[in-house]
Amino acid sequence: MNVQAWTFMLVASSFALYIAIAVWSRASSTRDFYVAGTGVSPLANGMATAADWMSAASFISMAGLISFMGYDGSVYLMGWTGGYVLLALLLAPYLRKFGAYTVPDFVGDRYYSQNARIVAVVCAIFVSFTYVAGQMRGVGIVFGRFLEVDVNVGVYIGMAIVFFYAVLGGMKGITYTQVAQYCVLIFAYLVPAIFLSLLITGNPVPQLGLGGLDQASGVPLLDRLNGLHEELGFAAYTSGTKSTLDVFFITAALMVGTAGLPHVIVRFYTVPRVRDARMSVGWALVFIALLYTTAPAVAVFARTNLLGSVSGTPYAEVPEWFSNWEATGLLAFDDVNGDGLIQFVGPASTLTNELTVDQDIMVLANPEIAGLPDWVVGLVAAGGLAAALSTAAGLLLVVSSAVSHDLLKGAFKPDITEKQELVAARLAAGAAVLVAGYLGVNPPGFVAQVVAFAFGLAAASFFPAIILGIFSKRTTGEGAVLGMIAGITTTAAYIVYFKLVRPELNTADHWWFGISPEGIGTVGMLVNFSVTLLVSRLTPEPPEHVQALVERIRIPRGAGEAHEISA
Amino acid sequence: MSDGDTGAVGGAGRGGSRQREYWRRNIRYLVGLLSVWFLVSYGFGILLAEPLNAFRVPGTGIPVGFWFAQQGSIYVFVALIFVYVRLMNRLDREFDVDERDPA
Repeated sequence: MNVQAWTFMLVASSFALYIAIAVWSRASSTRDFYVAGTGVSPLANGMATAADWMSAASFISMAGLISFMGYDGSVYLMGWTGGYVLLALLLAPYLRKFGAYTVPDFVGDRYYSQNARIVAVVCAIFVSFTYVAGQMRGVGIVFGRFLEVDVNVGVYIGMAIVFFYAVLGGMKGITYTQVAQYCVLIFAYLVPAIFLSLLITGNPVPQLGLGGLDQASGVPLLDRLNGLHEELGFAAYTSGTKSTLDVFFITAALMVGTAGLPHVIVRFYTVPRVRDARMSVGWALVFIALLYTTAPAVAVFARTNLLGSVSGTPYAEVPEWFSNWEATGLLAFDDVNGDGLIQFVGPASTLTNELTVDQDIMVLANPEIAGLPDWVVGLVAAGGLAAALSTAAGLLLVVSSAVSHDLLKGAFKPDITEKQELVAARLAAGAAVLVAGYLGVNPPGFVAQVVAFAFGLAAASFFPAIILGIFSKRTTGEGAVLGMIAGITTTAAYIVYFKLVRPELNTADHWWFGISPEGIGTVGMLVNFSVTLLVSRLTPEPPEHVQALVERIRIPRGAGEAHEISA
Repeated sequence: MSDGDTGAVGGAGRGGSRQREYWRRNIRYLVGLLSVWFLVSYGFGILLAEPLNAFRVPGTGIPVGFWFAQQGSIYVFVALIFVYVRLMNRLDREFDVDERDPA
């Protein structure tokens, strides 16, 4: 069988599996639809969270990004894992005890205000749609490359699959398909990484291979890579070029943003007990860490391979994978000096760089670069699709529950019956799939630009509102609403200015204190905290029943069952 | 709100010294664990990364600051959550606020 037959077979069988699971675990009540009946085991929920969280960007782009950024890529590694510590310690157990269906539910009840609820709903929908457009596009690109269909056809296939299991199964269907998707994606990620690690360092564990010796030269791999970097005029791989302050702020924005993303938070509503919620975050991070500690190793292997094998090679003698990927446009060679050799050099070199490499290629082309069997290439395609589909489904659920539960039932028609609400949730999920598909086919030019926005917004809005809602009884509705608005406005204004209005000024010289738009969410968060605390001191304290609610969510007993409590 | 929540603690526990003590202990755990969280990522991985890079992780070729930023901090994060789970489960039992198995 050739690459395409393998790809087709692996992708088709993984899709058949997802659909079978969706039929088996379909939702029969709103409780099933929003929170999977709160019957998910912490281990399964951890896996589902990991698949939900790790998107096409984590699977396809992250190792490549790190490969090009070196030390600076650490912001993604620490930022997208450290947030789980915040989730476990500061959010998940208390929100599970509160026991709502959505994040705006908590914000609305804790701050006894419809306005707070509406602000939260708008943020949840915006953040989720921003994200989901990129996921649908990712599905299209993977299909386009590996099955050689049009990118748009790929998006339609992805829409049909997600439609099926998100609309039918709700949170329950999504959770169990995500468990399967995690298994597919982690297997697909680790297999090529293990092969590469063996090939380059002789150690089968990529995490150890990263610190091992380069088989070819006998020196530590990172020394070899730093040497190649110096020789070719790139900045040292292990040092990085961003300012320390900027690295600090970006990492913080990503961590806090992660902890504030509604589609991640809502996952911890699905387990039976508070202690399961704590445990479940731990499992989620274990499963995420498996990929996130492999990625920097893959980045180093791929980088060393690329620099060592391509740079200085005559163009006429390039390996087959080089020509394959040239055809996709992700790899481009322009023989500027006409000597027939490929000069791949950095800014400090006296030569002119002649090779442009898209970061996504580092993971997608790895199996071919390393000469791995055809089935591994097919596996990577199935893994990329699993990552994109699982994240898309989780996001679409947030949008549909925001519409049917928070807006329809919470704000406009509180007397709606359970059956009607379930129908509304399904219709909303269906509509959300259509909108997401539309955004995937016609991506607004700024999608790539606004990913920072999704994190910044989550960091500047939800995170402070939820934390203070739990840890400070004195926080008032007025404080929280004004705080969220101030945080969002600061963050949004900064990002919109530098990304959309004056992109030509987007350099360190023009930033506030050298903080890039990616890191401004941290500032927005600090603004939110300050405004909320200040306004809360100036407004009358929250009503008695709200203070009692805060007391109640602080202790675990009573989350799953009815009983008397003697404190 | 949870279906089975009786809200009894709202009355019984409010201002109760046992519950205040439970919360104080919880906060103390949080401060301790989050200090470690901050130290390994923002401390070793970012602010002190450059000086730490002068040293290698023993037995490997990885500079220490770089290792904390790309590997070490993640392992510590995982460990922190499991330590927290153990501490809190014990604390819940000690203060008799742990959950019984759902029926």
